[in-house]
Amino acid sequence: MQVWTFTAVLWLGSFAAGLLGALTGLGGGVVIVPLLALFLHVDIRYAIGASLVSVIATSSGAAAAYVREGYSNIRIGMFLEIATTFGALAGAYLASKVSTSWIGVIFGAVLLYSAYLSSRKQKEGAPDASPDKMASALKLHGSFPGENGPEAYKVQHVPAGFGLMFAAGTLSGLLGIGSGAVKVLAMDQAMKIPFKVSTTTSNFMIGVTAAASAGVYLSRGYINPVLAMPVMLGVLAGSIFGAKVLVKARVPVLRWIFAGVIVVLGCEMIFNGLTGRL
Amino acid sequence: MQVSDFEVEQIIGKLLRAGVLLAAFVVLVGGVLFLAKNAHERHNYRQFHGVSASLKSIPGVVSGAAHLDPESVIQLGLLLLIATPVARVAFSIGAFALEKDYLYVVLTMVVLGVLLFSLMQSA
Repeated sequence: MQVWTFTAVLWLGSFAAGLLGALTGLGGGVVIVPLLALFLHVDIRYAIGASLVSVIATSSGAAAAYVREGYSNIRIGMFLEIATTFGALAGAYLASKVSTSWIGVIFGAVLLYSAYLSSRKQKEGAPDASPDKMASALKLHGSFPGENGPEAYKVQHVPAGFGLMFAAGTLSGLLGIGSGAVKVLAMDQAMKIPFKVSTTTSNFMIGVTAAASAGVYLSRGYINPVLAMPVMLGVLAGSIFGAKVLVKARVPVLRWIFAGVIVVLGCEMIFNGLTGRL
Repeated sequence: MQVSDFEVEQIIGKLLRAGVLLAAFVVLVGGVLFLAKNAHERHNYRQFHGVSASLKSIPGVVSGAAHLDPESVIQLGLLLLIATPVARVAFSIGAFALEKDYLYVVLTMVVLGVLLFSLMQSA
């Protein structure tokens, strides 16, 4: 393929990924790496570099829209970013030690897990649970705009959430993704933070987490400008467009379709990893 | 407290957006320059050999971009993008200090330290 066709294909694919990622809350990064590695036969390390850059763009671009809605909690985000940034550094170092085959297999497993998470019902945590002392000391409790005015929430199980966030950061640095699914798991399931606050705060954190591994990636030559250019511009345009639609649209059908795509890509990544084609 | 938090978040949101749009603009300019020169080449990314040394370090990227080398201009845009969340964290330190929330000033400084350490790898 000539450079201009390659760039155009990459831009279009990235736009679709950014749009679906924003609409479904699963993030566009998870499909960028399979798109590059499986369909365009790009070495997985370049794919991870381009994906990581696009993750920063999506997170920061959409955060502006989410912040205006008043859902994200800046203290929860900042506190947990300590865990995710250390994790991201560890992940970025691991990325050069682990073989590309294994990266493919781990990537596939994370894709399958993300799809599983998205297929579950989103239950709100019990609102009357007693507040966690650590969460109170860290001033993590907050409120968000509900249907009948502000709704307060209490944060629970801070150490478990912190540990999961370190794991989320490591996966982010190893695979060049935002690991939004693991971040939401930590906040929504472990810390009992309302789903909408979890997803928007997670989105807010993803850019900072990704920036922590970006410096290491850059110095290793993982960030190829010719590949990253259409990916970053495409994902950004798609995610901004998606975030504009998000507030109005509830899209369960899209979520199912996207989850299906992710399952297929996850199996492909595992298969290609195990057969040494990555 | 809640009101000022909200205001802080608003400003941070705008800062992030401005940074991302600036980065996207620079990347776009570099992309146009690159395609104008190289549109009909064929590249192979099957094998990994990293990128040329000047694209791996911040000084290399800056000096390449100053000479309007297309790939360096794109890389400069990507560096601006990476710098956006870093600026956001730095800005948050000031915001927490204004609120006299010194616990969060310290916590945020830890995060900034990790980010700067990572960037130092390519300094």
